[in-house]
Amino acid sequence: MAVYLEFEKPIQELQEQLENQKQVKEKSKLKSDDSIKELEQRLIETKKEIYAGLSPWQKVQVSRHPERPYTLAYINAITGGDFIELHGDRGVRDDKAMVGGFGSIDGKTFMFVGQQKGINTKMRQYRNFGMANPEGYRKALRLFRLAEKFNKPIVCFIDTPGAFPGLEAEERGQGEAIARNIYEMFNLKVPVIAIVIGEGASGGALGIGVADKVLMMEYTWYSVISPESCSSILWRSWDYKEIAADALKLTSDNMLGNGLIDGIIKEPIGGAHSNHVEAFESVKAEIIKQYDSLKRLKPEVRVNNRIEKYSSMGVFVEGD
Amino acid sequence: MGWFKRMTEGIRTPTTEKKETPEGLWYKCRSCNHVVSSEEHANSLWVCEKCAYHERISSLQYFQVLFDNNRYTEINPHMISGDPLSFEDTKKYADRLQASIRKTGLHDAVRTAAGNVNRKKVVVACMDFQFIGGSMGSVVGEKIARAIDYAIEHNSPFILISKSGGARMMEAAFSLMQMAKTSAKLTQLSEKKIPYISMLTDPTTGGVTASFAMLGDVNIAEPGALIGFAGPRVVKETIGKELPEGFQTSEFVLEHGFLDFIVDRKNLKERIGQFLSLIKN
Repeated sequence: MAVYLEFEKPIQELQEQLENQKQVKEKSKLKSDDSIKELEQRLIETKKEIYAGLSPWQKVQVSRHPERPYTLAYINAITGGDFIELHGDRGVRDDKAMVGGFGSIDGKTFMFVGQQKGINTKMRQYRNFGMANPEGYRKALRLFRLAEKFNKPIVCFIDTPGAFPGLEAEERGQGEAIARNIYEMFNLKVPVIAIVIGEGASGGALGIGVADKVLMMEYTWYSVISPESCSSILWRSWDYKEIAADALKLTSDNMLGNGLIDGIIKEPIGGAHSNHVEAFESVKAEIIKQYDSLKRLKPEVRVNNRIEKYSSMGVFVEGD
Repeated sequence: MGWFKRMTEGIRTPTTEKKETPEGLWYKCRSCNHVVSSEEHANSLWVCEKCAYHERISSLQYFQVLFDNNRYTEINPHMISGDPLSFEDTKKYADRLQASIRKTGLHDAVRTAAGNVNRKKVVVACMDFQFIGGSMGSVVGEKIARAIDYAIEHNSPFILISKSGGARMMEAAFSLMQMAKTSAKLTQLSEKKIPYISMLTDPTTGGVTASFAMLGDVNIAEPGALIGFAGPRVVKETIGKELPEGFQTSEFVLEHGFLDFIVDRKNLKERIGQFLSLIKN
């Protein structure tokens, strides 16, 4: 049973009409499918129309759509199954909210790392809703170093509502784990590409997000805080999330406009959840394109450019 | 028979617990209510002489604690935020900034300076909690970045005193990227083998903990400081029960292996001097 967001109701209605028509056609063995074709056309038009006018808050909702593809789905599709998942941080345990391993795209090996959300209620708990603990970030760092050792480029998939704010996470140094990753990612000599495929929440996202090229899928968000938490802190109420989403300028086009990311990956009509295969193809094509341009640079040039890029972020006035 | 009967003789409320302490002249300890004159309090570096509670102090006060003869040169003292998002919540960020500048006399939440500590030249960056909760936005990131550049240029050890609630929401993703920016600069400092001492003071949380504060060659802290990634309220909501005694204090963080040592403010200058000598000699 497909899940529809509130503003997707017209899409749902058309989709249901379409299913009915198809059933009618099946039963009555009619040759003509004009009405079906018309409905299909209207469905596409409606999706285009609705998705062209999404508010920032609606984009946040799309980014969290339960039928959106998650990290492992991307990796499996992009590598055609030529992927070996690697586990554990070699210290505490295997964090199920952070996954990674070697895989190949058209014969070229990459290291893939990303936060993983669960596909159903049980799995969402198993994956801790994509909120990694310190051992998740340390597992990611271990995999980055492994990639470095064998000179393989790194692709990170960002999809997290935040680093886990639990008691044990604090005991094991959540802050230090994220800080260490950010720092070490500036030392990586191999090309690094990071793609926000869903939610890019704050330090939890940045902990695997320092890259030569940072890309956002069209209907995702990336900021310092979720609109809900921002509303609760600045407005002291949960009711201002739409306004907060607007104020935070967290959408892909705002982030690109502010020079804080390097590109946007277009999503299929109606969002990645409505056509996984097309989303996988776009992401794969973008990874290949970015890697082809990054591999031409000398490692020290890449590192330097990476440092320069982040060093130039910020808006301030010199004063007198 | 009166309505009230005096059970014990004399007034038993100690004068220290009386509420009307005149502002400015006297200091009442937030922890044990001990009262001393403001002058004595300053002489003990704003640490309670009775219970050793370390009062939250400003960058100027830390400079006074650290720099020889309180002499130093400030770096980029006038830089202010550009409000890149024209952010507005219940108040315009631009107005909030102006109000904070007026109220605190500061330009943003960090002050950076070069000077001598025990006759060794150093660069010190020190955060100010009074300025929007010591939050990190573009100015904090840029001033720290330039202070690190200065330290590299002059081959001076770098000391950063953190005191911050984390990233500044009103600069949204710009604030977030300051975590990357400052960390990037620290890799360059490290490349030059210049020592970096990170000092965590009450409170150090959020994006500051998750970037430069935890990246020192040595991480040190004042006693009893709140240090964490998530704030205690958020952790409490997550686990749904009371937090253990002493959770997220300096002592807790030391015990879990994320600090090198805890230092009383009165020993701070000497310990920093000693550490720098040991590195250098």
